[in-house]
Order: sequence, then C-alpha cells, then structure tokens
Amino acid sequence: MIPEIGHFALILALSLALLQGILPMVGAQRNDATMMGTARTAAFGQFVFVVIAYACLTWAFLTNDFSVAYVAGHSQLDLPTMYKITAVWGGHEGSVLLWVLILAVWTVAVGKYSHSLPETFIARVIGVLGLLSVGFLLFVLLTSNPFDRLAVAPADGADLNPLLQDPGMAIHPPMLYIGYVGFSVAFAFAIAAMISGDLDEGWVRWTRPWTVLAWIFLTLGIALGSWWAYYELGWGGWWFWDPVENASFMPWLIGTALIHSLAVAEKRGLFKSWTLMLAIAAFSLSLLGTFLVRSGIIVSVHAFASDPGRGLFILTFLGIVVTSALVLYAWRAPSLDTEAGFAINSRETFLLLNNVLLVIATVVVFFGTLAPLVYEVLDIGKISIGPPWFDKVFLLPMLPLVFLIGIGMHTTWRQHKGNLLLGRLKIPAILSIVLGIAIPWLFYGRLDLMVCVGTTAAVWVVAASLVDPIRSWRRPEGAARITPAVLGQAIAHLGVGLFVFGVTIVSAFSVETDNSMRPGETLDVAGHAFELRELRQVQGPNYTAIEGIVEIRKDGKFVAEVRPQKRQYLVQKNWMTEAGINVHWNKDLFVALGDQLGNDTWSVRIQYKPMIRFIWLGCLVMALGGLIAVTDRRYRAPATQRVRKNKKKGKAVPEPA
Amino acid sequence: MKPRQQRMLAVGLVIVGVAIATGLTLQAMKDSMMFFVSVTEVAEGKYPADRNFRVGGLVKDGTVQREEGSLEMTFEVTDLRCDLGVSYSGVLPDLFREGQGVVAHGSIDENGIFVADEILAKHDENYMAPEVADSLADHVQDQTLGLQYGPEECPTGDS
Repeated sequence: MIPEIGHFALILALSLALLQGILPMVGAQRNDATMMGTARTAAFGQFVFVVIAYACLTWAFLTNDFSVAYVAGHSQLDLPTMYKITAVWGGHEGSVLLWVLILAVWTVAVGKYSHSLPETFIARVIGVLGLLSVGFLLFVLLTSNPFDRLAVAPADGADLNPLLQDPGMAIHPPMLYIGYVGFSVAFAFAIAAMISGDLDEGWVRWTRPWTVLAWIFLTLGIALGSWWAYYELGWGGWWFWDPVENASFMPWLIGTALIHSLAVAEKRGLFKSWTLMLAIAAFSLSLLGTFLVRSGIIVSVHAFASDPGRGLFILTFLGIVVTSALVLYAWRAPSLDTEAGFAINSRETFLLLNNVLLVIATVVVFFGTLAPLVYEVLDIGKISIGPPWFDKVFLLPMLPLVFLIGIGMHTTWRQHKGNLLLGRLKIPAILSIVLGIAIPWLFYGRLDLMVCVGTTAAVWVVAASLVDPIRSWRRPEGAARITPAVLGQAIAHLGVGLFVFGVTIVSAFSVETDNSMRPGETLDVAGHAFELRELRQVQGPNYTAIEGIVEIRKDGKFVAEVRPQKRQYLVQKNWMTEAGINVHWNKDLFVALGDQLGNDTWSVRIQYKPMIRFIWLGCLVMALGGLIAVTDRRYRAPATQRVRKNKKKGKAVPEPA
Repeated sequence: MKPRQQRMLAVGLVIVGVAIATGLTLQAMKDSMMFFVSVTEVAEGKYPADRNFRVGGLVKDGTVQREEGSLEMTFEVTDLRCDLGVSYSGVLPDLFREGQGVVAHGSIDENGIFVADEILAKHDENYMAPEVADSLADHVQDQTLGLQYGPEECPTGDS
C-alpha cells in the first residue's frame, strides 16, 4: 500500500509541477498577479508530494518490503539501518528520485528568499524550475519508477553494492546532486532574464550566492568522491579521469568560470551575455553528466548497469533544454550587453583570462571524454583516452591560470594603478621561487622542472592569497576590516594553492609497490619498514573478511599498525578491498591486501603518498572560502531594507541577531 | 579599452587558446590514445605491433595460473571464438574472476603473449564493458548457460 501511495504522490507532484511550469510563465507574460502568485504555492505543493514519495520509498527500505523491485535489488535483511536509508539513492531509480527531491528543495528555497526581486522575474525563475521538474518527474514515472512491484516477492534482497556500504559513498551522491541541481537556479535565472529582455545588476547580485552555494556542494561532492575512490577502490589513486568523474568535473569547471564572470556582471555590468551562456552551459553539462552516467554509453570503471531507453530520454530532454535555451540566447542575449570599457591592466582582463582558460580546460575534458564515442560512431575504431593524455593536456590551461590567480586577485576594477609585483606581490613572488626550489630539494631530495614549477605555483597562490587577510589583521587603528567577500575569495584561492601543492608532491614523489608477502615478512618502502605480522579471519555484520595486521616502523621505532581487509559480502559473494591507511598531515602510508598467491602468501600493495591530504584539504578550503563569501552582507541588503520599511509602518520587527 | 576592442581581444584570445590547445591535444592523442582490439582481431594479426592497446573478453575457466608465492600470473582471455594468453604481474582488481569480463592494457610480446601492465574489472558485477560485450555478441549462444563457444572457427594463428 505504502509504495502505491508513493507512486500516486509522484503523479500529483507531476501535475503540480506542470502548473508551476505553466501558470506563472503565462502570468508573467500577461502581467497577471494572480497567476504569478501561484508560483510559490505550486512549488511548495510539488515539494510536499515529492517528500511524501521519497518518504514512502525510504519506508519500503526500512520495512524490508522486497515486493518492491527496487528495494529487492538494493537492500537485504542484514543491511545496517544507516545503509538502508542511504540505499534509497544506491541505484538508478532512487537516485533520480533524490534528484527530483533536491530540485524541489532548491525551488522552495528560491521562492522563500526572493522577495526582493520583481514578481514577474521570480515567477519566470520558478516557472523554469517547474518545467525542469516536469522533465525529471516524467523521467522517473516513464522510465525509472522506483515503486514498481515484483510479481513474487523474494525472501531476501540482493543487497546494496558493497562498494556503496561506506559513509563517504553514502553522502557523496547527495552532495554532488545538490551541486548539479543547484546550477538549475542559475540556469532558470538566465532563462528568466532572457525572456524579460533585461538584466538588472540587482538580479545578478541575487544569483551570486545561489551559484556559489551550488558550486560549494559540487566541490565537496567531487572531493568526497575522490577521497572515497582513494580508500575504497584499493588502487591508491585519487583521480582517474574516468568519464563519470569528468562528468562531474565539467560542470565544476564551467561553474567556477560562472561565479567569476558573475562578479564582473554584478560589479561592472560587463560580460552579461557571456555570463548567461555560462549559466546555460553549467546546467547543460550537469544534464550531460547524468546522461553519460545513466546511459552507460561510455566505458567507465564507474558505469552502472544501464538501460538505453533511459539514455534516450535524457538525451531528448537535454536536447530540448539546450536547444530552447540557445535559441532564446541567440534571440535575446545580444540586446543585454552594456557598452563599457576597461583597461588591459584591470581586474576585468584577469577575470576574462580566467574564463577563457577554464573554458579551454572544459573543452579539453569534454573532448577527451567524448572522443571515444565519436570514434565509435564514425567507425574509426574503439579507442580509449587514458590519464596520461588528460594529465598532459589539462595542465596547459591550468598552469597559466594558477599563476594568474595570484595577480588577478590584487588588481582593481577598470584600471590598475601602480606596479603590482613591486607592491603587494613582492614577498609572495620571492617566497614562491625560493620555496619552489627549496621544498622539493630539502624534503624530497630531488629537483626536476615540473616539480619546481608546481611547487612555485602553489606557494605563489598561497602567499598571494594571504596578503589581504594579513594586511587586515595588521591594519592600523580605525582602518576598514576585510569584508567577507574579499576574505572568502582569499581563502578559496588559498585552497587552490594547497590543492596544487598536494597534487604536485604526490604525483612526483609517491612510491607505489606491489609485493608478495607472507606473515612475519618485512618490506622496506620509502624509508618505512612494513611487517605483515599475521593474517586472520574476522566477521562483520554482513560480510566475512581476512584481515592482515601490518606494523609500520621507521628507523626501528613503531609508527602505526594498520589492518587492511579483504571482505567477502555474504549475499553478493564478491570480494572487496578495504585498504589500511595510516594518515599523517604530510603523508599517507597505504596498505591493501591483494590476492592469495599460495598457502599463506598474499600479494600486498604498499604505497607512500606524501602530502596527499592537501588535495582534499585544498578542496575543503575552497568550499569554506565560498561559504564565507556567501555570508557577505550585501547579499542580504534587500532583506534589511524590508525590515526598515516595516519599521516605518510602525510594526515591531525584531532585529536579526 | 573600447567595447569593440574588448570583444576582439576576447575572441582573439579564445581562438589562439583553442588553436594551441587543439594542436597540442592532437599531438598528445597520438601518444596516449589506446585502441581496443578484440581477441579474434589479435588472432588475425590485426593489432598495433609497436604500441600498447587494450584487449577484452572473458577470463577463460580453468586457465588462471600462478607459481605459488609469485606475483607473476597468466590466464587466457576469450571472446568465445579465439583465445589469447595474457601474463600480468601485480595486484588484481577485486572483481577479477574466471568467467568474468576483463579489459587489459598492454602489448603482444615476441611469443604472442599479451603482456598486461594494467587489468580492469568493473564495480558492478552485472555490468560488462560495452566494448567487451560487443566483441562477444556474435559468438555467444545463450549467456545463461555459461561460456558457449560460437559456431565460427577461430581464424588461423590461434595459439
């Protein structure tokens, strides 16, 4: 009964989404306040029914209702309760439902925090979001209904893929989806602006925190995915340039370009049509990502079992969205640009370079991801483009970008006066060259060009990012303190520097070995002695495992004990590697059990990963920077104006704390 | 700068950037692009002799062999028409198993053995790389019955 309620709730949500997509749009066109007024109500109603549907599916998981095909395929009686809840998005149908839920949440939030905007504009934004909801709800109902019943319910389910039974993986998809779907707000904003034929700076300011929020979640989602792949897949790598990873990385790159061009559009009224284009591209790439993941059209280590019908639906949807957005763009965007100038040594130029380089980087990833598909369609052959290609080509736009960050941050709008490098950037410049050579040489005992360039770039960005916060800290009495916007920018860029540092050191100085070991044997890897002390059987809730106990010593002194496991899950019978990782701030010592090579001999993967934590730390710091920037007061300015207005009317309004 | 000049600058930068990127990209592709070759094509001698490529198929039942305690191992991969000997040294992926789909990177040595430097199996047990599935399609009669060789003989040169 409960699953049928869920199914019915989805159908109701679809009808409300249709209303939400049509009435406010028509109302805005006719300037009809009543019709526009339905936008928020319909959006809220849609949200309520999607929540009901989602709750019904969760309920089916919690009560082990294996008569529901999706539950039978992705759960099992002994699955821990936490994973029963996360299993809701552990497969295709549920993850699309999660996507719909997140879209509904964003829409309701947009409705709530948009009272400062003109009613016609916000009616169009919510209307566009409604049309997107219609597309995804149709997708769920027509091709991927999670509530489908089985004719005969099995006694037990087929279990959740063991790889997904992990806290990191449990929260990775929601994060990623919140990011993907968050770009739909910027997209809806762009469409609404083009329909209105007007792009007010105030509206651009309104969009900025939304886009940055989406970007923060996408950043965290990608970082979590990378971290999970590192400790869970047992290879010890942190990025594989796999199509599914690229699918999430392309919207991130364009989203990053978008938050930078929004700055120019807001502050200077420039790059307006370009910004709209980026907003369209960021969301289209999110949809493309979904298509790539869900259609199984591309060979990927991540690819899920897939269905061409679904791929076709998303491709059609993508086609409709992109085509209509681009037609509207061609028609309306040219009239939006304002005529204003800027000097070549101005912040505008650097943000332009940022955008150009990020777009080139996206094109590179796009090309590398889709080239195999093109080859296959043209029947030239079946090819694959591997990490060596991406590593090489991706660096071309990114390396100049990293160096430009340091300068661009410190330029001023319109025209920069004075010599930058002699002023604020003298110390960062000297520091980066000295440390760029000293760090690889003193700590890792090797110098080569790429390592020095990478380290120099990293130190340069870190030092340049710290200039403003340090100045604010040491400011003379009475001087203005740094604003959250500037501080957030500095911290986000600091994150980029830390990330680059981690990537440089880990790519240059990792030691990766595959060995055969028997209990009692000791191996020396990167100055550490790894002793396999014993192997034993351990029992988990829904798996059995062979656990190795490995003692790590350095110079005869005990460092740590790690316990890598090889698990066999009882239902699906497949083997899983759980790596044993000893974490330090400046290195990881990574041990993974491979296969049994004979009686008591095992293949053991031992890796030394210097500074790998800086990769994820850098991403966290980037996200933190975004978060600080979002709290800037000017994004809340219209709200405080409203408080003042209410005061005039004589109403008692509590001041926000 | 005047708006017109700005636009020219932007367009110019994009064109130069894209041109450089395309050139270097294509150059890099030559070195690091890998072709997928089916086992039958290897038997027919249709494979790049001087560079790495990918080969895929099913791990043939009963062919996985290793000397006790050694990382070196050999197995045969089949597309249910021809077989190919593969040698590999290192840790295998979790889902590597006899009868399962596998993709290997490497090249053919002078003895006609495929020396793999990387072996991939998939996250999901029910999933098979499309290229592997394609290369099998002509030969499988009924997948539920397990490994069934197709009606066609393997072309000459099958070792």
